[in-house]
Amino acid sequence: MPEFIATWLNQNDIFNALTVLHYWDGLVTTVQLVFLSLLLGLVMALPLAILRTSKNWLISGPVWLYTYLFRGTPLLIQLYIIYYGIAQIHGIQDTFWWLIFREPFYPALLAFTLNTAAYTTEIIRGSIVATPAGEIEAAKAYGMSWALRLRRIVLPSAARRAVQAYSNEVIFMLHASAIASVVTIVDLTGAARNIYSRFYAPFEAFIAVALLYMALTFLLVYAFRRLESRLLRHQHPAGS
Amino acid sequence: MLDLKGYGPSLLEGAIVTIELAFMSLALALALGLIGATSKLSQNRLLAGAATTYTTLIRGVPDLVMMLLFYYGGQVMVNNLSDYLYDAYDIDFFFQFDPFISGVLTIGLIFGAYMTETFRGAFLAVDTGQVEAAKAYGFSRWHTFRRVMIPQMLRHALPGIGNNWQVLLKTTALVSIIGLTDMVRVAEQAAKAERSPFLFFIPVALVYLALTAGSELFIKWLDKRANVGVVKGE
Repeated sequence: MPEFIATWLNQNDIFNALTVLHYWDGLVTTVQLVFLSLLLGLVMALPLAILRTSKNWLISGPVWLYTYLFRGTPLLIQLYIIYYGIAQIHGIQDTFWWLIFREPFYPALLAFTLNTAAYTTEIIRGSIVATPAGEIEAAKAYGMSWALRLRRIVLPSAARRAVQAYSNEVIFMLHASAIASVVTIVDLTGAARNIYSRFYAPFEAFIAVALLYMALTFLLVYAFRRLESRLLRHQHPAGS
Repeated sequence: MLDLKGYGPSLLEGAIVTIELAFMSLALALALGLIGATSKLSQNRLLAGAATTYTTLIRGVPDLVMMLLFYYGGQVMVNNLSDYLYDAYDIDFFFQFDPFISGVLTIGLIFGAYMTETFRGAFLAVDTGQVEAAKAYGFSRWHTFRRVMIPQMLRHALPGIGNNWQVLLKTTALVSIIGLTDMVRVAEQAAKAERSPFLFFIPVALVYLALTAGSELFIKWLDKRANVGVVKGE
């Protein structure tokens, strides 16, 4: 560690090695929680979005209801229902699920996953529906089956159209994950709340964590911008 | 019939607090958005820079963190200010930073940033010919802004305002975390006391659902009205 950082750490009361380590643990928890819920949410959202575009109301209806319910209510309520509700399921304490769900991390992961899956489903559905009709006609004229059309034509171009909206969802999820601290998870915000109550130093505790979130946000924005320009490079021919 | 075990009235009061909070934050957000958008579009570099910094900073930080900062930090700042005023000028000034005020300030400030972007886009969508025509009629700049820009901008801003409002409504739930007795907090306390989370949280979720669904219909109706004079292409 460079000398000046060491002296700085020794000179202030709040940011000593212990609290910095506490923030670090919080950062790791936040990143794990957000990354896992986004990954699981995306895996769930893809088939749901395909079902949602079905013309059969019996197939698309339930998916519509799911996304409507999860998008129309606050994530905090969903978290409370899952966190407090799971413990109420009759007999769950005797099964092996209880070993998993008694840790607050997993109810929170479940709530976040279901929430982001609902938003992502609508994002993907929107970009599937926006596929130019001509592309689908051409695929049909080539004799492609429904599955092949979906795999080769519809989904790749839908993915390109979805990146912009999905990047907003990712950042939204990063920021929304701050409420995990409410159910006793020590994520970044939880670490800041602990440090605040220990030193009664609101500015140091919360501004430090705000800067960390900001850094994460801008990192994500940058990464998505790179990804987007890569995916859409056919629209920016060389030299333009 | 639904038996809320005597918590019905306090849940209803909580719902009213939620709605008050949402409307006051919306008012602040709209005002900040209008100021932000005009600053961003102004020729003055300082103003434009300040507005850009504001929207960039706000979008990088989670709403809950900002709320905690305002609630705990705001009180410390007010206390310091009142100490200073008392020592220096003998002025007895004290101000209690309650969760409601912190909530309105935070939510207003956050959605003010989103409204800034909405209004900026809407102002840019107004035909420049309209402004030129106003100039030709000898309208002052303020007059042009109020009589020509604002009415025509609102039509373009409406869908964005609607989206922001829907998100804002759901964000109000966070204020229960800093101790405001809104319906989420009442439900949480009742659920803990009665050990029946579903009984209390599901009705609250349904109230939110009703609010968002109702707003959706209202915004659609407003949008239809605002676009009466517009001939759609295709």
